[in-house]
Parts: sequence; C-alpha cells; structure tokens
Amino acid sequence: MDRNELQSALKKQAAFGTDIDLNSYDDNNDVHVQSTADMTTTGKEKLERVGIDLTETNRSATFVQVDNAAIEAKTKAQTPLELMNTGMAAKKYPELVEKYWWKAVKPDTDKYTAITALESEQGYFIRVKAGTKIDAPLQACVFMGHEDQLQRVHNVIILEEGAELNIISGCASDTNVEHGVHLGISEMFVGKGAKLSFTMIHSWGENVSVRPRTVTIVEEDGQFISNYVCMEKVKDIQMYPTTRLIGKGAVARLNSVLVAPTGSHMDIGGKAILEVPGTRAEIVTRSISTGGEIINRGNLTGQAEEIKAHLECHGLMLSNDGYIRAIPELAAESANAELSHEAAVGRIAPEEIEYLMARGMSEEDATATIVRGFLNVNIEGLPDSLAKKITDTLDTFSVHQGC
Amino acid sequence: MLNIEHLTVAVNGKTILRDINLHIAPGEVHVLFGPNGTGKSTLISTIMGFDRYKVLEGKIYFKGQDITDAPCYERAQLGIGVMIQRPPTIRGLSLQKMVEICGASPREVASMAKWMGMSDFLNRSVNDGFSGGELKRSELLQLMAQKPDLLLLDEPESGVDIENIALVGRAANYILQHTDCDKSHCEQPCCGQNTLCDENNPLKESRHSGLIITHLGHILKYVPAHTAHILYNGTLTCQSGDPLDVLHCISETGYEKCVRGICGRGKA
Repeated sequence: MDRNELQSALKKQAAFGTDIDLNSYDDNNDVHVQSTADMTTTGKEKLERVGIDLTETNRSATFVQVDNAAIEAKTKAQTPLELMNTGMAAKKYPELVEKYWWKAVKPDTDKYTAITALESEQGYFIRVKAGTKIDAPLQACVFMGHEDQLQRVHNVIILEEGAELNIISGCASDTNVEHGVHLGISEMFVGKGAKLSFTMIHSWGENVSVRPRTVTIVEEDGQFISNYVCMEKVKDIQMYPTTRLIGKGAVARLNSVLVAPTGSHMDIGGKAILEVPGTRAEIVTRSISTGGEIINRGNLTGQAEEIKAHLECHGLMLSNDGYIRAIPELAAESANAELSHEAAVGRIAPEEIEYLMARGMSEEDATATIVRGFLNVNIEGLPDSLAKKITDTLDTFSVHQGC
Repeated sequence: MLNIEHLTVAVNGKTILRDINLHIAPGEVHVLFGPNGTGKSTLISTIMGFDRYKVLEGKIYFKGQDITDAPCYERAQLGIGVMIQRPPTIRGLSLQKMVEICGASPREVASMAKWMGMSDFLNRSVNDGFSGGELKRSELLQLMAQKPDLLLLDEPESGVDIENIALVGRAANYILQHTDCDKSHCEQPCCGQNTLCDENNPLKESRHSGLIITHLGHILKYVPAHTAHILYNGTLTCQSGDPLDVLHCISETGYEKCVRGICGRGKA
C-alpha cells in the first residue's frame, strides 16, 4: 500500500472505541533505557506481574521493547527459533515481507494501523521452522516507561508446518506514566498442523490508552489457543482480535479473563471466522466489574458447511457503579453450520454465597471464593509458575478492591 | 444440643411455621415427617440461618447459646451442618478444594472421597452436572470433613438409587458417629470411631445429634433414630417414641389421622 493511501488512512476512525487524538502524544523512537538492568524498580515489578521472568528460567527466548526501542532479543543457545526486531527482520528477509507483512491485518484498517505501518517497524518477529517444537515458552514484553509516549508495535509470528510454540506476551506501563498510548499490531500465521499458544497479560496504568489490532490465520489442522488476562486498571482499551480458520481441521480457542476496577474502560471483543468446512472455534470470556466499564463483543461467523463454534460470555457485577455489556453475535452463512452462544451478566446468586456460608465461610470469603472460581477458566499452555501467579493474584482478590 | 422455643417463621412475608417447640438432646437423632409444602425444609433452613427465613417470634438455642440472630457461618462454625435438597453449582471451585474448605486435609479428602465413591469427581466443579445420587454423596463428603455436632439432612434419599441408599445411610451414620461397621471394616475411614476395633471398649456413646427429613424412611434402616415428629400445617403436632411406628401409622392411615391418633394417645 503506498504512503499516500496510508497518510489518508491516518484520519480513519476505528469501528469501535473512543477516537484518540494521536497528535497529543510524543511519537519518538528514542532509546530511553539501554537494557532491562536500567529499568526502574517499579518497571521491573510490572514485568513480573505480566509473566516476564528476567532471570529467564524456563524460557526459550526473551524479547523486550521499551517505548519504541527493542532493548533485548535473545534466544537461548541451541534453540531453533528466530526472534528479532520486526524492522531488522524486514531487512533480512524481504521475501517474508512480501508474503506476510500486513497480509493478515490491513494497514489502512484505521488510524492506529496506518500510523504503525508508516513508521519504521518496532515490535517482534518470531519464526519457528517446519516440524520444530519449542518446549519452554518464549517471553515477549512491550513496556511503556516514558511520559506522553506514542508506542508502536508490529509483531509478526510465523509457525511453519507442524511447528509448536508457546508465547507469553506481557504488556505494561510504568506506574508513573500519566499519559500514553499503545498501538499493538499482531499478525500471526499458524501453519498446517502447527500449534500456537499465545498468552497475553496486560498491566497498564489508569492513564494509558491501548489499541491492539490482532489477526491470526490458521491453516489446515492448525491449533491456535489464545489467553488474554487483564485484571488491572486501564484507562481505555479497545480491541477486537480476529481469528480466521482457513484450512480443514483448524481449531481456535480464545479465553479472556477481565477484571475492571473503577476508572477502567475495557472494550474487548473476539471474532472467529470459520471459512472452510471442518473448522472449530470456542470463545470464552469471564468478566468482572468492581466499578469499571466492560463491553464484551463476541462474533462467530460460519462461512462453510460442517463447522462448529461456541461463544460463552459471563459477567459478574460486583458494584453499583460501572457496567458490563455482552454483545454476542452469530452469523451462519451455510445450511450446515452449528453456532451457539451463552451469555449471562449479573450478580452472584445469593444461594451460592449461603451454600458456602453454611460450610463455615464468612460472607466476604464466600463471595471471594465464588469470584475466584468464576474467573478460573482452564487456561491451557501456561507454565506452572505463571499459572500459579495468576491463581495467586486471584487469591488476593478482594470484592472491594479488585485484584 | 438444640432447643427451639415458640418459633414462628415467615418467608417472603408469609408465615410458614407457627409456635414450633423442639428439643434435641446430645446423641439424639430426630426424624421429621410431614406432607409436602408443610414447612419441613423451612425449619431446617431456619435452624441453619439462611437469609430468606425470618424469625418473627421465638428463640433457637444451640449448645445453650442463643443463635436466633446469628449469621449462617457462625452457626456452621459452632457445629451445625446441613445437607440441602438442591445445592447450587459453584463453577470453578473444585470439589477437592470445597472439602478442604470444610476442614479436611488433602489426604483426608482422598480417603473420604474414595469411601464415598467420589474420587473421580474431586477435580470437577462442586455439583457441576452431578446426578441426584452424586449430589447427595458430594454433600455427605463435605459434611464428613465439616464434622458437625448437629447434622441436618433434608431428604437424603431423594434421587438416590437403591444401591446407594446404604452408602448414604452409612455416611450419615459415620458423621453422627453411630457407627455400624464391624471388625472386618476396621481399615475403612468410617471406622475411625469404631470401638469394635478396640477389643476393650463397649460401643462408644455418640454425643452427636441429627434432624432428618424423610418421606419413605429408607435412611432409618441405617441410621438409628430416637424420636419422630410430624410437621402438619406449619406446626409440630406431637411426637412418638419410635420413628418406625410413626412411619407405619402414616403409611396406613395418612398424616391427618395419624396426627390425631398419636396425639389422642396423649404422647404429645
């Protein structure tokens, strides 16, 4: 797409979410820290909260971008995967740019994709060659530490035929950032028979706006498992990741766990397009408002025969402030499509609380136990340490404060 | 153990129970008969302290303490345990965790679950998709861990197949510590209190009490009960010494005649 077209797309508002004036941010590519060792103590703590282990125990590779500069991209010895800055990969592999860059996400989708496509490319490139299975997870972190920062990220993930990879993607901003915007474009390609587990954990601040744009393309017999966890305050996040199942036997499972404290606005969607026969998809969302605003958009589009997909969207309101809106959408475009959804939003059933109280728990403990159970979706592909961290966070859940 | 005096209870503004008096001494198991809709479950729910059940008059004493206004969890902590008819599903909370919450160590959970035939259910969400019999076994497993001094059972046999009624009965008995195990069962957890396993002791006198709602009385084959009551039109009419006699009377002549008959003999 030529630059003129992208320039004009800079004015294009997104389909959902409040329009953000990108001119009010500082779009620089400066290197603000040289290495993770230079990061602030609060910054390092934030990384840990989003599943990034700086000791790199049980990790196959680590990528860290701070603001708009990649400060670390390293792969453990003898690990057959490629990890580098997207801009560097573009120079090294022009043929891959031709085949993959901006082929899943259209660069003129909206102003956020356009501005990211116009600039030199930040973000990470990951490739696993055919038949290669990587056991330990790769961790990738995009961190915002600079005030007023406009952060651009373009990630390209390629799993060739039969490859397997588990990615932990942690995004966070430093506690002192009072004004910032994160634009994260991710294009993921899951090849024939490949399996990608992608777990994204967010920990933004109360003054940060976030606009991820993600499209995943899954080929024949490929599996895509996506987990999204956001349990902390974020000023305004809007995303609607889309998964296209384009080969027979392709499967997608998308889980989201959301907790919105007062002052948060989360517009989190999820869409699966079942383009060919014999594809399956499942979208499960659990959301809790402790005073914040949550919009759950879910969409299953069945374009072919013999497809099956289910959408499950459950929300708990734990406060009189805020709201949860569930907007499930099903579209069948063939006679033999099986699409279903289940949505429920409301309070905790009082009989559940009393049931636990009759076993000796106080009302507050009973409520917290039910909430933890509610959020306890079976998140597959997490290393034990990260699963434990999420469970621990849930264990500290207080009905009044959130996580 | 439990003393209920002149208790009047309303649900959603409608009076269900009137002037109930009930005294259960330590070690006694009482049976509550009565037609559907007469307030049996209301009585058990009121003793447990569930929110919807409003005490308009009267007092409930447990172990000498006035618990009329105590919250439900305090009553549980004092030693009251209940099996309700339709327990809710707690999604995402495993049965294993639930039994631990009730007071068992992970090892105890494993052996109790094995005995209750619930080993395969420990990783499932509490009551999620359980059949009628599985629900009762899940409840009893939790109560085993809770070890209440006063056990309240609301129709423990409903929805349970004949084979499992014996298991349900024995589990209730174990919780009440009225063990029916013989020497050959000494390795089973139910026999933790089994004095038959100790040559020198006579059968230990249990101090645990129970109140059981039953229609058909199958559970009485396994749980020795001392006294039966008939709850009729919101009131406890009278009581008889032998629950099996009362059950026989009800099945022969119906509740109304039986109530009059027993009361007529002045056994109230």
